[in-house]
Amino acid sequence: MASSADTAATDSQGQGDGESRRDFLMLATGAVGAVGLGAVAWPFIDQMNPAADTLAVSTTEVNLEPIEPGQRILVKWQGKPVFIMHRTKEQIEKMKAEDGGNLPDPQKDGDRTVKPEWLVVVGVCTHLGCIPTGTKQGEVRGEFDGWFCPCHGSHYDLSGRIRKGPAPTNLPVPQHAFPEENTLKIG
Amino acid sequence: MATPTFQNPIVKWIDHRLPVFTFMQHELHEYPTPKNLSYWWNFGSLAGIVLVLMIATGIVLAMHYTPHVNYAFDSVERIMRDVNYGWLIRYMHMNGASAFFIVVFIHIFRGMYYGSYKSPRELLWMLGVVILLCMMATAFMGYVLPWGQMSFWGATVITNLFSAIPIIGDSIVTWLWGGFSVDNPTLNRFFSLHYLMPFVIVGIVVVHILALHQHGSSNPLGIDTKGPQDSIPFHPYYTVKDLFGLGVFLIFYAGFVFFAPNFLGHPDNYIQANPLATPPHIVPEWYFLPFYAILRSFTADALIYLPISWLMSAKLAGVLAMFGSIAVLFVLPWLDFSKVRSAKFRPLYMWFFWLFVIDCFILGLCGAKPAEEPWTWISQAATAYYFAHFLVIIPLLAKFEKTRPVPASINEPVLGGGDSTTGAATKPMEKA
Amino acid sequence: MKKLLLSAALVFATATGAQAAGDVVAPPAEQWAHQGLFGTYDRGALRRGLQVYREACAACHSLRLVAYRNLMEIGFTEAEVKEIAAEKEVRDGPNDEGEMFTRPARPSDKFVSPFPNPQAARASNNGALPPDLSLMVKARVGGADYLYALLTGYKETPPKDVKMAEGMAYNVYFPGHQIAMPPPLSEDGVEYADKTKATVAQMARDVTTFLTWAAEPELEDRKRIGIKAILFLIVLTGMLYAVKRKVWKDIKH
Repeated sequence: MASSADTAATDSQGQGDGESRRDFLMLATGAVGAVGLGAVAWPFIDQMNPAADTLAVSTTEVNLEPIEPGQRILVKWQGKPVFIMHRTKEQIEKMKAEDGGNLPDPQKDGDRTVKPEWLVVVGVCTHLGCIPTGTKQGEVRGEFDGWFCPCHGSHYDLSGRIRKGPAPTNLPVPQHAFPEENTLKIG
Repeated sequence: MATPTFQNPIVKWIDHRLPVFTFMQHELHEYPTPKNLSYWWNFGSLAGIVLVLMIATGIVLAMHYTPHVNYAFDSVERIMRDVNYGWLIRYMHMNGASAFFIVVFIHIFRGMYYGSYKSPRELLWMLGVVILLCMMATAFMGYVLPWGQMSFWGATVITNLFSAIPIIGDSIVTWLWGGFSVDNPTLNRFFSLHYLMPFVIVGIVVVHILALHQHGSSNPLGIDTKGPQDSIPFHPYYTVKDLFGLGVFLIFYAGFVFFAPNFLGHPDNYIQANPLATPPHIVPEWYFLPFYAILRSFTADALIYLPISWLMSAKLAGVLAMFGSIAVLFVLPWLDFSKVRSAKFRPLYMWFFWLFVIDCFILGLCGAKPAEEPWTWISQAATAYYFAHFLVIIPLLAKFEKTRPVPASINEPVLGGGDSTTGAATKPMEKA
Repeated sequence: MKKLLLSAALVFATATGAQAAGDVVAPPAEQWAHQGLFGTYDRGALRRGLQVYREACAACHSLRLVAYRNLMEIGFTEAEVKEIAAEKEVRDGPNDEGEMFTRPARPSDKFVSPFPNPQAARASNNGALPPDLSLMVKARVGGADYLYALLTGYKETPPKDVKMAEGMAYNVYFPGHQIAMPPPLSEDGVEYADKTKATVAQMARDVTTFLTWAAEPELEDRKRIGIKAILFLIVLTGMLYAVKRKVWKDIKH
């Protein structure tokens, strides 16, 4: 019998000749249903976002007291290494003087610190993600006396700026603050 | 059946290479469904949707769960407290399991009432029983994962049952445990298998639906469709009816998830598993209670056990009866050889059907009670009746019951006499 | 059929557990601000309850699933939370010398347990292990009602025919009536910051409210979203019914 097939055929074209105007009830119900589906879908997507306990440890506090002028340390923050350097006056002056120099990623030294004597940068090379050497005494520091990435030869200066090599941008400066005299809070 | 031509060129390109669209056209638009299906026929599609829900929530939970005895309980609490909407997804999964069993039990009772298991749908029915068994295995293992007191002790009691098997029993239990008691190896393998089983169930459901589509759905009258006047296309009639049924179901489901999420559970499972402290009453989840009652009925002095006491231990008898209570479902199409399908035309059978349903409730109630009088003898009587229903009452009814006359066609009772070839042919979306 | 199922479920729920030894007294039903479809936690009770927990319970009972930062969800400021946390020491390490050390707790830490392990807890409590309280309200039949009844259910002199075991106290609502925990609350035992009179009943109510929150911090969100969800579903189901009727209009069924 043709009836079933007819209904099927017309359905595949849309509403069919008998009801050429969009049925308001069907449309409205479909729309409400779609909203419901979206509302249900959201928790399934959001649950992959960082959980509350992960967000709670998204800041790290560091005691700066034991760090001598000229000394550098490495701390972990959000699972990544962060270089902290207690810069001397001379080092700060030198970096400011080179603000207008030949910088692949031009940036003023003053814009990269909250307190000029404390350099805080994420120690992940902006090229392909290796950890540059130079934090410990005796490690290679590169031509600009800052940090050197052994993977592909990027050189960073005492402001964490890229000076030579394949890395495109300066070492990122994470949000940081000094809630107390000798305390650094990262993140 | 004419293969309709599609207009859309992309659809045509795909369909020529992989006829998914023709397949969907056939299954939804052309597939004839009896026009007199009642709302009791909603529960099959409902079960399918709950299965999808369980898989979706389960996969998401597995992103945060740790299947190690030292971390499992805490990882679930982390989901409840720290993971965004973790509490919602966990409660959906937990209450979804109960919803799945309620829907499936009603689906099964519907099949029993309307004789849906009879020829030519025996295999369809048996596949369904296999799905039930897989669901029970999945739920059992899933309940162990939070590693609460009931998780641990329920697992201990049920895995210990296998030691009742003569000669190889103890080896089987050690093999199941991966050790000398329920411990980390057990938990880990239960997690693996619990993740696997739902996909096995999906496969069996596909075959279940294939078997269904071979002869189409039965209907409340239990008589075959005689022609197109008895049928309507699945889409849009039953798609729309199923969606409405889904809406009703979701309201009840949401009621549990949001306002009584722990009503069907047991408080003891919010206590971390302690192998050195047995809870005062070990109780399985509600959907296992009837089977638990049957298992426990077989005590050393039970009347139902005494005739076979020379053959096996009471423990083994209980285990066999428990599995037997589901095994007997497999052979129902042969136990019930009555030519009339639907209880609508089998007045005596109808009574016994409802007695059986009540018996199942009584068994469930007994399963929740401690193993003391008067619950022990009530369990034993209810267990005896359960098997008597299938093995004695059903065949006797099949042989001796005077059934009511069955209508000539589905159309007939609807139009009040006489076959009409045009009856249901006019539909709102018909081309003139 | 559904009604039968629902009432059957109700019978199951009340049947499991409580009926065993025969000497279990059901706790009386209490009124809680957080009960019902629209219930929310009484913020004042939560504050007082935290105080009762810290002063009367924390010496023996851990709350290890709750983090100090969670207190910010119930009205404590970040400064208050830092202060509450810093009162306790947490074992941390190893440091660069390889040694373990202690430091003040931070908001991101979980509530510090009074004992380092269950054995130490038992040793300090005559062999009894004071259970962790993070989930206590969900882990007992009767929930908040039971907890409140327990805390106010101690009897100084047990009934005549009861022989008390060594070191046990008589409690009307504890299964078996003999409980290893001595009455933890006493009249005016705590000096409430908001000057509420600290009767035993008041402290029991406050700490029970606090522990309900500790077990179900998501309760308010859950009910709020639940109302929206169910109202939405009722509307959608109504529309789906109308669509169904419309589609089926011309079919004789």
